[in-house]
Amino acid sequence: MVTARVTTGVVVRAFGVSVRVAPRTLVVVAVLAALAAVVSVLSMTVGQVSLSPGEVVAALFGGGTPVSEMVVLRLRLPRALTGLLAGAALAVSGALLQSITRNVLGSPDFIGITTGSATGALITIIVLGGGMHQTSLGALVGGLATAAVMYALVLRRGLQGFRFVLVGVGVAALLLAVNYYLITRADIYDAVAAQEWLTGSLNLRTWPQVIAIAVTVALLLPLGALWSRRLTAMEMGDPIAGALGVPLVPTRLVLIGAATGLAAVATAATGPIAFVALAAPQLARAVTRANGPAVLTSALMGAVLLGASDFAVQRIFGTAQLPVGIVTSAVGGLYLAWLLAARWRGRT
Amino acid sequence: MSRLTAENLTLAYDRRVVARDLDVAIPDGSFTVIIGPNACGKSTLLNAFARLLTPTAGQVLLDGRMISGYRSKEVARKLGLLPQSSTAPGGITVGDLVARGRYPHQKLLRQWSAEDEDIVRESMARTGVLDLAHRAVDELSGGQRQRVWLALVLAQQTDILLLDEPTTFLDIAHQFEVLDLCADLNEREGHTLVAVLHDINQACRYATHLIALRPGGVVAAAGRPAEIVDADLIADVFGIQARVIDDPETGTPMIVPVARTRASAPSLA
Repeated sequence: MVTARVTTGVVVRAFGVSVRVAPRTLVVVAVLAALAAVVSVLSMTVGQVSLSPGEVVAALFGGGTPVSEMVVLRLRLPRALTGLLAGAALAVSGALLQSITRNVLGSPDFIGITTGSATGALITIIVLGGGMHQTSLGALVGGLATAAVMYALVLRRGLQGFRFVLVGVGVAALLLAVNYYLITRADIYDAVAAQEWLTGSLNLRTWPQVIAIAVTVALLLPLGALWSRRLTAMEMGDPIAGALGVPLVPTRLVLIGAATGLAAVATAATGPIAFVALAAPQLARAVTRANGPAVLTSALMGAVLLGASDFAVQRIFGTAQLPVGIVTSAVGGLYLAWLLAARWRGRT
Repeated sequence: MSRLTAENLTLAYDRRVVARDLDVAIPDGSFTVIIGPNACGKSTLLNAFARLLTPTAGQVLLDGRMISGYRSKEVARKLGLLPQSSTAPGGITVGDLVARGRYPHQKLLRQWSAEDEDIVRESMARTGVLDLAHRAVDELSGGQRQRVWLALVLAQQTDILLLDEPTTFLDIAHQFEVLDLCADLNEREGHTLVAVLHDINQACRYATHLIALRPGGVVAAAGRPAEIVDADLIADVFGIQARVIDDPETGTPMIVPVARTRASAPSLA
């Protein structure tokens, strides 16, 4: 007798593995992966030497002219990869933190982690006079230190999502003031360098940055993806999740650490890029209609968003080299307004 | 015999002590009901049994071992909890929500076997929500939703079930429906049930073992309702005067609070 299924999704069983997945999620993942590839190739066509998409692909696979290979592999590929990886890292960071805090605003740009990275970078540029690599390191330390302080502040009274967001917003405001103070104290050259870093840009990124983010993403994204099932359970409420066997405190601690690491490393490589961490997970949830943090789709969505923004920047503003952070801020601001408006309409 | 016991338990939130030196044993195969006034630590005790709250002193023992020494999933395969309120993810179907009860039995790469599907179906049939499998949880009535959550806890396949005020927010028909279901699980399937209830008469009617907590988390009495419930106990635990009569349906104790005019008469005189 064949009984009808009571659950949804397709059960995949092979090689001792059995998982239940929503077909819609599989389609979304495939489409986003394809989009990310297309966007990357397109963004590599733009620059002082104009290439066709065909020439870019040929150069990537070692079949281009010496000039096109030099331009693509040395200059444009690191930039494109930095964009894809930073977008993915920010999006996963946002997806994890939004799920842990059960709050859309619980993304690293709102709760002070990105601002803390900026503080670290500014101290390196202005006080210590560091170069590009030292600045990245400063940003990384700043982000991690901020998260540690917040965790210590919040943990004493039990980690509840709303309080974490409120403390984060407070810390962000405080650090922003510190950042402005640092810039006013700087001489003009440092101030310009600082301001440039603060807008978030993919200009002139090289392989060391790519490797730093790639390693971080390779380590922390699988952790986030595997543990996202715990977060999915925790979104039903702590009591039921705890009773189902989710270790609540270690899960939060480790995943906040992972989210901070992802956001801080991405920010270290590119400077603060606004709104990707906020918007990408929300968009990913909307298109997959999945519950839980949707780590993998968020990562791909973030990669596509940042890749597309960078392509737009290069295409529209050409050699003016407008920082990509300005585009994501503008687009993200519109998205946030729309999101809030939709929420309010839904509520009344 | 008791697989689940608490010894010298002191429970506190932050530093506010809710219960001190509590000794409680849950008889195996019983339908134990915990009653007591607001803030007497009923739910807190249940949370300690579910390992959601770490006691400040004393210990909870499960099968003779300290519950804190188990792995999280191991506890979740022995006892399940229906919390006071949980949030169903938006748009989720009944079947998918119940399927989440399989979490403690799932492994990283082996998450969904034919057996899992069967257990989920069976759990839904036992609480009467099988027909709703493909409906969205958002669309259901309160009573239906509570039966869905109960199916989720059943899908966990634990011998011991903890229920934190399972009838709150339900109208009287659904309250009795849920309690009848609990009694069935206890009598027919041998589950040990521990429930926190507010309605003393319902507690007396359904409980095979009653634990009455006084404010401050002190056990005032524990035993079969007919043996322990009398006017003195009600006055002691809830601070009200009440007559205790036989429930005309079941013969179990039934409390009838003394009317306002009669209770206040002496002070007016």
